[in-house]
Amino acid sequence: MSTPLLRAIDLCKEYRLPRGQTLRALDNVSLEVMPGEVLGLVGESGCGKSTLGRCLLRLTDLSSGAIIFDGQEISSLGERAMRPLRRQIQMVFQDSYASLNPRRRIGDLIAEPLRVHPDENGQKRSRAAIDARLAELMELVSLPASALARYPHEFSGGQRQRINIARALALSPQLVVADEPVSALDVSVQAQIVNLFTDLRERLGLTYVFIAHDLAVVRQISTRVAVMYLGAIVELGETDAVLHKPAHPYTAALIAAVPEPVIRHGTSLTLLRGDIPSPISPPSGCRFHTRCPKAEARCSAEAPELRPLQNDHAAACHFPLMDSL
Amino acid sequence: MRAEAPLLEVHDLSVSFRSRGRYIPIVEKVSFSVGSREILGIVGESGSGKSVTAMAIMGLIDAPDVKITGSARFRGQELVGLPQKAFRHLRGRDIAMIFQDPMTAFTPVYTIGWQIDEQIRAHEALSKTGARARTVQLLGDMGVPDPERTANRYPHQLSGGLRQRAMIAMALSCNPVMLIADEPTTALDVTVQAQILDLLRNLRHNYGSSVLLITHDMGVVAETCDNVMVLYSGRVAERGPGEAIFAQPAHPYTAALLDSIPPLTGPRPARLPSIAGSPPAPLERPSGCAFAPRCHYAHESCVMLPPLISYGSQDVACVLPVEGRPLPPRVVADVA
Repeated sequence: MSTPLLRAIDLCKEYRLPRGQTLRALDNVSLEVMPGEVLGLVGESGCGKSTLGRCLLRLTDLSSGAIIFDGQEISSLGERAMRPLRRQIQMVFQDSYASLNPRRRIGDLIAEPLRVHPDENGQKRSRAAIDARLAELMELVSLPASALARYPHEFSGGQRQRINIARALALSPQLVVADEPVSALDVSVQAQIVNLFTDLRERLGLTYVFIAHDLAVVRQISTRVAVMYLGAIVELGETDAVLHKPAHPYTAALIAAVPEPVIRHGTSLTLLRGDIPSPISPPSGCRFHTRCPKAEARCSAEAPELRPLQNDHAAACHFPLMDSL
Repeated sequence: MRAEAPLLEVHDLSVSFRSRGRYIPIVEKVSFSVGSREILGIVGESGSGKSVTAMAIMGLIDAPDVKITGSARFRGQELVGLPQKAFRHLRGRDIAMIFQDPMTAFTPVYTIGWQIDEQIRAHEALSKTGARARTVQLLGDMGVPDPERTANRYPHQLSGGLRQRAMIAMALSCNPVMLIADEPTTALDVTVQAQILDLLRNLRHNYGSSVLLITHDMGVVAETCDNVMVLYSGRVAERGPGEAIFAQPAHPYTAALLDSIPPLTGPRPARLPSIAGSPPAPLERPSGCAFAPRCHYAHESCVMLPPLISYGSQDVACVLPVEGRPLPPRVVADVA
């Protein structure tokens, strides 16, 4: 058994709101990411998947909990101590345009991390070394070298996301956290970028935490999936196990709600009642009990723990859908 | 009005925007019709002209540098060139529209109820209490919990799903015969999207309305629409019954678009079939088939603009069926 590249232990993130209220965005979230795997984080808006991603990157400070990256505890590191680790953990965001300074050329944008961080020997990189690396990166993301001299607005959304990926890869990171990287793209372009993520992982041995709301995209790219609801992981396991044999009623409802591009007779989407409750005053016990078709008295009283059911498949439910296991 | 005539009949609708002294066609000769109680889906990627088509029909493009030609007849009345004053009677009462972002469609400074009341009273002579009664009834019909209290809330106090329901309630407040919904569920979570789609599907039974549903999501179309029109770069690529198009797309663009959606069931492909490149900008649109530069089947005959021909129950702007080599039926993984 190899050691995890990243371990998150009991992560909590609370935001103080006016009038003494607190919003618990992350509630005791624990997970492990093995080297070379793709962990998909799915859930609806407000479930905490982006907050989790930002906490893993140390872009947002935790309220409590620990993050161990490559054997080192990083959640308590200061900015300066964190800096050398930043090159190991990179990120790609949803809005490809907002991620790029519109007044700077692509070559400049991608070269910035190379200028900021010294090379493996602790030396400042020479101009020639940077140029060589830029050429390599352009080749990696299938953009012409001429793109380096141009500005962000000259590119389409898909091309801009390639630029963002090139910049994230500039320092050869081990882990890339991608937050909804293909959600803003048209389907035909989305497929190109999903394939690019897959190819790069194979070529460079990367590890991803891939955050998305689109179950089909997550299924395509992930080796394991964590499903989040109102700040907590409700189900975790191998992609095929979670998406084909969901144990948590929420996962099952989420899958059933996805409209598929196929005409089927007599079946309509399974409807979940109501909206996601406010994370400021989440329901007692199991947070899903207000919308759950299987909820019983116990569910509103007692919060279920995330417990293993079979192999690595775990769910936080008092009455997991066992027949599907 | 003849009983047989469709509710909305659009013929050769073109919309051109002027830029640097010449008109650039954004939408080119689009024709389609919507029958009574029919749900027609207009699908296409960003820039395909689907929203511009709807805006033109609704008379919402009213700028001096825009040229709209062709015809759009609604219950026999010509909408192209209709003065704004006449549109005002039509919009909201006979045709209503809902948008992707319900936050910007409502004004933030009045309550939801006030805004729906106002819409009702603008078109009908109804007292304030009468209008409010209908507002509450509508909100309830749309599945808004505690409609009386919700009517007194401001848009920002509601969740995205509730705001969208309130907007549909407002759109339906004068019993329109046609509802144009422009990406109504794109901003919503899937579990809420499923509820809203269910609501739209039931409109024709409960309100007798036809729906023109604009979306980029083929899944949403399959789930809701009777008929489909696929736009690519401002032109109709294909149109026909949803059943036929999802079983056997006749245009290579439709087929490729369906293929590039990652499957949720069945085997996972190692790589997704993707369409190389991106759609052409209106200025760079080829004079022949606009999809040819990205098409696997492109050949000499594609330099000519393919006319929309009928193939089975579909109409398709592609030369393949004419040349006797139509696309094969779609292979879809079977789900238990």
